[in-house]
Amino acid sequence: MSEQQVDTGRRRFLTVATSAVGGVAVAGVATPFLMSFFPSERAKAAGAPVEVDISKLEPGQKINVEWRGKPVWLLSRTKQQIADLPKNDPKLADPKSEVEQQPKYCQNEGRSIKPELLVAVGICTHLGCSPTFRPDLAPADLGPEWLGGFYCPCHGSKFDLAARVFKGVPAPKNLEIPPHKYLSDTRLLIGDDK
Amino acid sequence: MSKGQKLLNWIDDRFPLSSMLKEHVTEYYAPKNFNFWYFFGSLAMLVLVIQIVTGIFLTMNYKPDGTLNGAGIPVAFASVEYIMRDVAGGWIIRYMHSTGASMFFVVVYLHMFRGLIYGSYKQPRELVWVFGCLIFLCLMAEAFMGYLLPWGQMSFWGAQVIVNLFGSIPVIGPDLSVWIRGDFVVSDATLNRFFALHVIAVPLVLLALVVAHLIALHEVGSNNPDGVEIKKLKDEKGIPLDGIPFHPYYTVKDIFGVAVFLIVFSAIVFFLPEMGGYFLEHPNFDQADPLKTPPHIAPVWYFTPFYAILRAIPSFLGTQVWGVIGMGAAVVVIAFLPWLDRSPIKSIRYRGPKFKFMLVLFIIAFIGLGMLGAMPPTAGRTLISQILSFVYFAFFLGMPFYTKNDVGSVPVPTRVTETNGKRQLQFLVLVAVTIIAAYLFGTNV
Amino acid sequence: MKSKIRHLIAAMALVLPVSGTVLANEGPALEKAPIDIQDTESLQRGAQLFSNYCLSCHSASAMRYNRLEDIGLSEEQIKANLLPDGAKIGDQMNVSMDKKDAKVWLGAPPPDLSLIARSRGADYLYAYLRGFYRDPTRPTGWNNLVFDKVGMPHVLWEMQGEQVLKTEKNAAGHEEHKLELVKAGSLTKLENGKANTVEFDKRMADLTNYLVFIGEPAQVKRHQIGYVVLMFLGLLLLPLTYFLKKEYWKDVH
Repeated sequence: MSEQQVDTGRRRFLTVATSAVGGVAVAGVATPFLMSFFPSERAKAAGAPVEVDISKLEPGQKINVEWRGKPVWLLSRTKQQIADLPKNDPKLADPKSEVEQQPKYCQNEGRSIKPELLVAVGICTHLGCSPTFRPDLAPADLGPEWLGGFYCPCHGSKFDLAARVFKGVPAPKNLEIPPHKYLSDTRLLIGDDK
Repeated sequence: MSKGQKLLNWIDDRFPLSSMLKEHVTEYYAPKNFNFWYFFGSLAMLVLVIQIVTGIFLTMNYKPDGTLNGAGIPVAFASVEYIMRDVAGGWIIRYMHSTGASMFFVVVYLHMFRGLIYGSYKQPRELVWVFGCLIFLCLMAEAFMGYLLPWGQMSFWGAQVIVNLFGSIPVIGPDLSVWIRGDFVVSDATLNRFFALHVIAVPLVLLALVVAHLIALHEVGSNNPDGVEIKKLKDEKGIPLDGIPFHPYYTVKDIFGVAVFLIVFSAIVFFLPEMGGYFLEHPNFDQADPLKTPPHIAPVWYFTPFYAILRAIPSFLGTQVWGVIGMGAAVVVIAFLPWLDRSPIKSIRYRGPKFKFMLVLFIIAFIGLGMLGAMPPTAGRTLISQILSFVYFAFFLGMPFYTKNDVGSVPVPTRVTETNGKRQLQFLVLVAVTIIAAYLFGTNV
Repeated sequence: MKSKIRHLIAAMALVLPVSGTVLANEGPALEKAPIDIQDTESLQRGAQLFSNYCLSCHSASAMRYNRLEDIGLSEEQIKANLLPDGAKIGDQMNVSMDKKDAKVWLGAPPPDLSLIARSRGADYLYAYLRGFYRDPTRPTGWNNLVFDKVGMPHVLWEMQGEQVLKTEKNAAGHEEHKLELVKAGSLTKLENGKANTVEFDKRMADLTNYLVFIGEPAQVKRHQIGYVVLMFLGLLLLPLTYFLKKEYWKDVH
């Protein structure tokens, strides 16, 4: 063996070149495997924006819509409920909605595009339970000053009818307002605002 | 001392890394005259890796569930199409796995045939061969159970037919087949247990056997196309005169083999994933329907030689168990080669005319059975299958007699020789002619 | 080494085409379907036909509507022309008909068509779609040349018109079945007793093409990636590994 002169330069070049090309091959093969971890078409379809017909929504009524596997509340607030909203301000943790839990266009008193319609993700910002809708005024369990809102049965967090969190409850932030837009007066798109 | 060397020393004090690399790679001396038949061992390892990696990723999205979804499609069947369409890169992964299954058998059959012609099963390599046969058995179980998972018509009815084979065993048969299925028909219960066995149980055994196969091989050293024991002649340093270190010589050679293999493999994955209905059978794109049998049930191509033997043997004495025994024996008999072959000569290059003649008959029988097993049976085809089954068994069981005093005209050399290209060509022509003849024969009877 | 590989390839080339035909259908030879999976206009016409005529009974539940972007349709076009009321663009092509009702009405639930082209083949579908003929013995009044006693009625009869079955003896004395157009439809013509079915056949090729597409929507992409992969392996990896092996094996005598 190896009595001949070995061309080490050529040998090294071929080894390095083959290794490099082999590395590219491995990276190429790895691509589909890594890609398969991204959300599939099914997950994307399930997470797609949802169109809702709101023509039949009566004042005071709340409906639930599923978007990305989460409940989204659509609450049509009555004139009285809208008028009552500022009364809660002193008792709220973030009455001006300064924490980014809503799109820019919903940073207002009612946290909504139109004052009468609240659109909010119904997942408590504490540990992810879904709060219950409590529109009744001054019920026995929530005290005489309750003007209607949402109450989380898991750990007692309270939110007003603009989904703003009260002070002194476990939940740290207001409920999330999803991106949404009006396609027409009666059709709402949840999940997309462009 | 460099940092790398320091780290290596640190490891070597605690784990025999360097000595293992030396023993199995850099100072494992392999005969220098390996020809192209010797690519298929490393290629089998490559396919095993492909199957394990793609398999792991498939289980992430596949659902072993035989119940119907809202659209009336079995969940398992729908989940395969989910992988094919909705999962990013899913179709590549799935086609790699389905192509890999068939290529595994291509590579393993060629690897086994190499052992057959060069006598690699003979003393002292009997255990290498036996471990290899057990790997083959595992592979068949793995392929059979994996084929049920897509839950198509062929998956369902193929499993139905094979499980019912066990039903023909006297006394315990009927109960046994119910026990295997976990139900009175192939059902969700069967699918779930086949899934568990396919993705974890059999692969574990398979990997352990591959390790045993390699340890046994490295203990005795590789055979070669001349069947010469290179360890008999060593230089003053104890290195076999005809041996070269596995690394770098056979690593670079095997990498070249891998490149050729990958071209064939990719061509199938990207351009012929169904391989004309051989790798993915057309009826398997219909969902499993327990009430409707497809007109012609054929196993996937790699099982057809054994399936043809099964069909060739008629039932008598009121039972059809003989076909099952015949099929089982056809697989098991391969493991007994080391003790059936009485010739002192390993390689076909130095064997006498009797072995060569019988080997030609065996090749014809194996390929012929494989092709007949894929066709619907007719009276003529059954007759030919019977003749070929007889030849198949005669090759093995007659071996103690025809190999006894069968010596070729050229004596076995003491040193290894160059490969003769002409002989390789003769062999390939023989295979081609056999396939064409079997086809013409098969379609006209 | 080189000559051996050449022999091997030569032998493979000899063997493959022969073995490929062994399992082929033993039934009558079918006319080759004139389809082109790259022809997006044909696929779009097929998609329209499929949505209008097939999708009311047959689902294609593995297909999502937004996948039709692969055949050159925009999201707006899909929504405007193909999407049923109330369905979302990412929805699967399901039917509202209940499988149990379908079984009562039609004898068997209409099969899902997602994979029909892969299980039957394009040529069969092309023959099937053009193979309906009048048969008063059947409950629907229709039968099919390649699917005897078919349960499905001839949905496209207004386009195709009516055919009848003619049985003739050919030169070798074997019976040969042929279809003859006796009443023209909106896409066929009868001129002096001669049938002109070009337009209808074209539409059925479009529909077949579309069925082949939905059988494996990734197939065009598969071919595209395949060429890149083979070029990479054949032009880069193969020669490099070959010369690497040659270089090292200069040591071995």
